[in-house]
Amino acid sequence: MRTRTPLSALTLAGLLVLTACSGGQSSAQNPADATPVDGGNLTFAISVDSGCIDPQQVGNNDALNIGRQLVDSLTVQDLDGKIQPWLAQSWEVSPDATTFTFHLRQGATFSDGTPVDSAAVKANLDGIVALGAKASLGSTYLQGYTGTQTPDPQTAVVTFSAPSAQFLQATSTMSLGLLSVPTTTADPATRCDGSTLVGSGPFTVGSYTKDDKTVLDKRKGYDWAPTGSKHSGEAHLDSITYQVVPEASVRTGSLQSKQIDATTGIASQDLPQFDGNGFWTQRRANPGIPYNFFPNESRPIFSDERVRQAFSKAIDREQLVSILNPDDVAVSSALSASTPAAPDDSAALALDVDGANALLDQAGWVEGADGIREKDGRKLTVTVTFWQSTTAVLELVQQQVRAVGIDLQLKQGTTAETTALQNSGDCDVLFYNLTRSDPDVLRTIFSTETRNVNHRAHSQVDDLLTQQAATPDTAQRAQLVAQASKLLVEDAHSIPLFELSTVIAAHDDVHDLQFEGSSRLWFYDAWKQS
Amino acid sequence: MTGYVARRLGQAVVVLWAAYTVTFVILYLLPSDPVEIMLAGGQGGEQSTVDPAQVAALRAEHGLDDPLPVQYAHALWRTLHLDLGASIQNGAPVTSQIGQALPQTALLTASALALALVLGVGTAFLSTWTRWAWVRTLLLALPPLGVSLPTFWVGLLLIQVLSFRVPVFPALGNEGAASLVLPSVTLAIPVSASIAQVLARGLRTALAEPYVETARAKGASRARVHLRHAFRNATLPALTIGGVIVGNLLAGAVVVETVFSRVGIGRLTVTAVNGQDIPLVQGLVLLAATVFVVTNLVVDLLYPVIDPRVRVQGAPRRPRPSTRTLVGSAS
Repeated sequence: MRTRTPLSALTLAGLLVLTACSGGQSSAQNPADATPVDGGNLTFAISVDSGCIDPQQVGNNDALNIGRQLVDSLTVQDLDGKIQPWLAQSWEVSPDATTFTFHLRQGATFSDGTPVDSAAVKANLDGIVALGAKASLGSTYLQGYTGTQTPDPQTAVVTFSAPSAQFLQATSTMSLGLLSVPTTTADPATRCDGSTLVGSGPFTVGSYTKDDKTVLDKRKGYDWAPTGSKHSGEAHLDSITYQVVPEASVRTGSLQSKQIDATTGIASQDLPQFDGNGFWTQRRANPGIPYNFFPNESRPIFSDERVRQAFSKAIDREQLVSILNPDDVAVSSALSASTPAAPDDSAALALDVDGANALLDQAGWVEGADGIREKDGRKLTVTVTFWQSTTAVLELVQQQVRAVGIDLQLKQGTTAETTALQNSGDCDVLFYNLTRSDPDVLRTIFSTETRNVNHRAHSQVDDLLTQQAATPDTAQRAQLVAQASKLLVEDAHSIPLFELSTVIAAHDDVHDLQFEGSSRLWFYDAWKQS
Repeated sequence: MTGYVARRLGQAVVVLWAAYTVTFVILYLLPSDPVEIMLAGGQGGEQSTVDPAQVAALRAEHGLDDPLPVQYAHALWRTLHLDLGASIQNGAPVTSQIGQALPQTALLTASALALALVLGVGTAFLSTWTRWAWVRTLLLALPPLGVSLPTFWVGLLLIQVLSFRVPVFPALGNEGAASLVLPSVTLAIPVSASIAQVLARGLRTALAEPYVETARAKGASRARVHLRHAFRNATLPALTIGGVIVGNLLAGAVVVETVFSRVGIGRLTVTAVNGQDIPLVQGLVLLAATVFVVTNLVVDLLYPVIDPRVRVQGAPRRPRPSTRTLVGSAS
C-alpha cells in the first residue's frame, strides 16, 4: 500500500534544495507606470481543457479563467473581499437574507445587441436552476432559490426560501455571470463549445477547438467595466489565445522561449527562474477551503476526538510551506487567509508533538516495536486517497505524523478511482480543496445538513454555520464564521494543511494581468508592449 | 476470392462487436461514476458540492440508472444506426469529436509512417549491404535502442533542443508543416526501429538461402541479388507486423500528442478514459478496432500480390515469419 518510491523521495529532496537556494527571493511585478498600448494578442497557456467554456457549466479553474472574460456579473468582489457595483449599480438585502433587490445600470448590452435588463437576470437564474447538476457551482449558490421578480427593466428582485447570505458574493462569480436570454435556453453542449455562448463581457468567443485552443476577441463598444478597473471602455488586447499545453515542462520551456506570453501552470520548483530575467511572477492564495484532511468520523479510529487532534498537532505546517512556494505562508484557519472573514486560528494549528503524544497515550494507543502505535491488536494506520499532484507535500506529512506513531498511507489514484472511494464513504481521510471567496463554503463542506464531509452527528458547529448563512451584516457574520472555524479546527473536523496558490508567470511585455476576487484571472486591463 | 473477402468481413464484424461489448462491460464494472467525475471538473478539478438529487437527475438524463442489459441494448442499437451518442463530459456528439481529432492524428501517423519506412528500410538495407563490420554492428545496434527509448523522453529532448534552445520548430499546436516535424520524428523512431529489426533479420535469413547462391552463380549483380531476391522475400515478415506497427503508431500518438500539445485521437482518448466518458471511449475503441481490422485485411490481401505461391495455393493464408522459408522466388 505504501506508494512512496525512491524517485519521489529524490524529487522531494530536490525540492528542498531548490527552495533553500531561492528562499527569500520576492516576486517581481512589472513596472506599473508604463502607458498602456492597445492591440495585440496575448497567448496564455492552460494545462487542461475540460471540453467546455461556458462559465455557468464548468467547475475547473482553467475553464473558469476563460469564462470570466466572456460574462459580466451583477457585482464584483475586490481583492479585499468587498462586494462592489458592476452591472448592478446598487442593491438591498432583506434583514433575513432571503430577498435581494438589484438596481441595474443603463446601457449595458450583450454582444448580440440585446439589453442587460431584469428579464435577462431572471432568465439566467432560472436557467441555472434548470441546468441542475450541469451548473456544478451555480446550482449550489442557488439552493433555495424561489424566483426573480421584474417590476421594471432595471430592477430584479431575487428571493430564497431560506436565508442565503452567501448569494451576494455568488452574484460576483462567473458561475452566475449573465448570458444573453437566447443562450440561457440553448442546448448546453452548444454553449460548451462556444457556438451559442453570448455574454456581455469585454471579450467574445472567437473560436474554440477542444484540446487545442480558445481564441477570445475584444468586444467592440464595451463600456461597463467593473468598479476598481484601471481603465474604462474597451479592453486593451485585440484577442486572447488560451493554448492548452498539458505537459508541465513544455509550459515552462514555452514561456522561457517566449512561445507563450503568460501562464498560471508553472511547477513551483520552476518558478524562481521567472523572477526577473525578463519575466515576472505574482501569486495569490485561492480563497475558500485550503488543502485539507477531512477525517471520516464514522470510522472507529477517528471517532475518538483525541486521535484526530493528535493527527492535527503532529503536522508542522511551516515546514510544508517550505517545499511549496517561497512566498506562501502557513495555513491559519479552516479558511484560506484570502477568504473574506477568514479568522486566525494559527495557535490551534501550531506543531505540538508532545501534545499529540500525550493525547494518543490517553486514548490508549501504545507505541509498538516498529514505532507505530497499536491498540487492541490494531495498528494506527490510516489511508488518504487523492488524485491531486501534491505527492511531495503529502509525503512530508507522512514523515511528520510518523514521529508520533501514526502510520499515514498515501494512495494516489485517478480522479475516477478517488471520487468513487469518496462517494462510497469507504475511506479514512479525504483530501481536497475548494475555491470560493465566501466563508459559506464552510457550510457547504462541513455542515451535517449539506455535504457532511466528516460523516459526523449534528453539533454546535452546524448551528453556527446555519446562523452565518442567515446574517447579512458583515461584522456579525464574520464573528459567527470565526467561532465555527475555531470549533472545526479545535475538534479536528478540519485538518488544514496548506493553501493552494495561483501563480501568474508572465513575460515582461505583459502588463496588468490581474487576479480577481476568487484568484482567477482578469484580462480586461491587461495589455502587451509591442 | 469473393468468399474469402466475405468471410473476412464477417470476422471483422465479430471483432468489432466483441471489442464494443468488452469495453462496455469493463467500463460499467468500474466502481466510479462518470457523472461524479464530470462534476469534479475532470482532471485538475476541485471537489463538487452539487446536491445529490440533482446528481441523480443528471445520471438519469444519461440513462445511467437503467439496468445494465437495457443500457447495453440501447447503446448497441444506437451504434448499429451509426449514432455513437454524446459525450457525458460536455454533451458534444461523439462522432463530431472524433471527426475533429481524426484528421490531425491521420496526418501525424502518416508522416511518421513515411519517415519510419525510410529510416527502417534504410537501416536494415545498409546493415546487410555494408562490408564493414563496424558499420554493420553500429547499424544493428540502432533498432534495439530505438525500441527501448521512451517516446516521452525523446519528444521532450527534441523540444528542448530544437524549439526551446534553438528555435527552429514550434513546440505547440498543429498549424502548418513546421509543427509536424518534431512530433513525426518522435513517433517515427520506435516505429522505424521495429521495421528495421524485422526487415534486417529477414534480409540476413534470405541472403543465406540457397537460391541467393543460385542467383549469384547465375551472374546476378550484388545489387540485384539484394534488391530483387532477398529484399522481396524479407518484405513478407515485415508486412506481417503491419498490425504491430499500426498499434505502435496509435499508442505513440497518445504520448506525442500530449508532449507536443496537439489535437488528436490520442489526446481525446486520454481525456475520455480519465473522465470515464463511456460513449466517447466506446466510439474510440470502435475506431481503433476498425483500424486494426482494416490493416490486417489489407496485409492479408497484399500477401498474394507479393508472394505468388500464396495465390497459387488458393485461399491466402498469412505465413508465420519465423518458420517460413521460401524456395525460389521468380528470378
